[in-house]
Amino acid sequence: MLEVRDLTKAFDGFVAVSRVSFDVPKRSVSAIIGPNGAGKTTLFNLITGHLRADAGRVVLNGRDVTGVPPHELCRIGVGRSFQRTNIFAKLTVYENVQAAFLSHRGRGWNLFTPVHDLYRDETLTLLESLGLGARAGEVAGFLSHGAQKQLELGLALALEPDILLLDEPTAGMSATETRETIRLIERVARERGLTLLFTEHDMEVVFSIAQKITVLHQGRVIADGPPAAVRADAEVRRVYLGERR
Amino acid sequence: MKPRASGTGHPRFTAGSRSVSVARFPWPLLVLVAALLVPALGSRFYTFLANDVIIWALFATSLNLLVGYTGLVSFGHAAYFGIGAYTTGLLMKKLAVPFVLAFPAAGVLAGAMALVFGIFCVRLTRIYFAMLTLAFAQIVWAICFKWNEVTGGEQGMPEVPYPDLAWMGRLPLVRDLRTSDHFYLLTVLLVALCLWILHRVVRSPFGRMLTTIRENPERAEFIGVHVRRYELAAFVLAGAFAGLAGGLFGIFNRGVFPDFAYWTKSSEVLIMTLLGGMGTFWGPSVGALALILLNQQIVSYTQNWPLVLGTILVVLLFGFPGGLAGAIELFGRRLWRLRRA
Repeated sequence: MLEVRDLTKAFDGFVAVSRVSFDVPKRSVSAIIGPNGAGKTTLFNLITGHLRADAGRVVLNGRDVTGVPPHELCRIGVGRSFQRTNIFAKLTVYENVQAAFLSHRGRGWNLFTPVHDLYRDETLTLLESLGLGARAGEVAGFLSHGAQKQLELGLALALEPDILLLDEPTAGMSATETRETIRLIERVARERGLTLLFTEHDMEVVFSIAQKITVLHQGRVIADGPPAAVRADAEVRRVYLGERR
Repeated sequence: MKPRASGTGHPRFTAGSRSVSVARFPWPLLVLVAALLVPALGSRFYTFLANDVIIWALFATSLNLLVGYTGLVSFGHAAYFGIGAYTTGLLMKKLAVPFVLAFPAAGVLAGAMALVFGIFCVRLTRIYFAMLTLAFAQIVWAICFKWNEVTGGEQGMPEVPYPDLAWMGRLPLVRDLRTSDHFYLLTVLLVALCLWILHRVVRSPFGRMLTTIRENPERAEFIGVHVRRYELAAFVLAGAFAGLAGGLFGIFNRGVFPDFAYWTKSSEVLIMTLLGGMGTFWGPSVGALALILLNQQIVSYTQNWPLVLGTILVVLLFGFPGGLAGAIELFGRRLWRLRRA
């Protein structure tokens, strides 16, 4: 599904991501973990074209997509959510998701049709499935943090992605919110047959849902494999899991 | 920063029965009828003032497409106003082209120039974008100022003729009005048409894409919006409608002068937009009305008009960030609550 090969990025001499390679199999749930500053978000930004890689390749379904800009990438099946919640704060919940539908279905250049009822059913159905149906008319910026994260997931899903990249989907959430969000993401991924790749700081979450884990440390991959193998890996224990004891 | 509801809210979701019934009232039609009645009811002076307000309302609304809807603050919007004014003026005065062609030409040429300048401007963001728009506007001004053979240079181009409005003299009701009144009526109808088009645009899917860019360009990019291309399209549209406003203004003003494209005009139209409220579609028009009337009134009392204006702006920006239109909405809601209580 997604292959990352020797991806490298340096900022003013500081190597943030160094020759990173890993695969994400189709319909799998994969996680990238690592301490703060390990390069997780940079890696995401390289994959989704927000940053230009110094070297290496990103291959999606056999197609080289290295350096393809975000607005094109999300047309060919890549959905993404951001670590810092990223929605359209002054628009309503309905308008947020509707905008994603409009853009994805190529209606954005229509200058003369009233926008209000376009993709109304699709939008409301999607909001319903995320548990936001009753809040469609609310201004998105006023929602709770957890609800904003769910809305952001809605923005990504409106693009009908094959693979969903979630950067810290539970950042800043309470334990309850975290559990609910993870359940929601799992359900949505199963229903839609999505491939999931996410970064996460909560180890409990990671080991409970990931089928494959890639561990980053100082910009390098130090382990890559099924959870049990990663958990047993000596170096991972030393640099990462160990420091949590 | 606390989010506020934008002007794009849907009454069906966001408001109760009050907004819906108030929103259903055909306000724009009422204003249009009132505007058409000015020559018959008011004096020649009021018609003149109204004409001024209406043209500036279009100019300010075109700017608001950038400032209020796309989140791009242009400091050089007068460039397109000036280009439009010179286009219509030159065509009508020097080449005797009829108004039916000279007026749309203002929009086309201003839009084309906005495309050329915009390609460079939308590569920058925020203050750099603003500075580059200003720089291009100053270039336009300098060309108007120096190119004596074509633009008349510093002296400008006085005596732009009125369009041939003899047909209005054959219509009932308006038959006996002056030529300037006939031109005023034409202005009202053309501006109403332009505002109607702009209103359709901001309520269209394209308009929604622009608001996503205003809210969060990074996120917009990742729902598949080609941000720069949309910004450029908004820039061209805004320029074209500013050009149409300029075309009308040159005739109304009985002459076209380089200061139409000068930076003070750009700041004036920006002030109108802020004063009226960039969060709503009609805000800039309210701002145009307020600024021109205030100017008229205060100038007759004091020479310190800019000081008074500055004070009003400061109070407004701190007290009512939604501008006059925002304040009217707020007071309307309070009043309604009082009436119900």
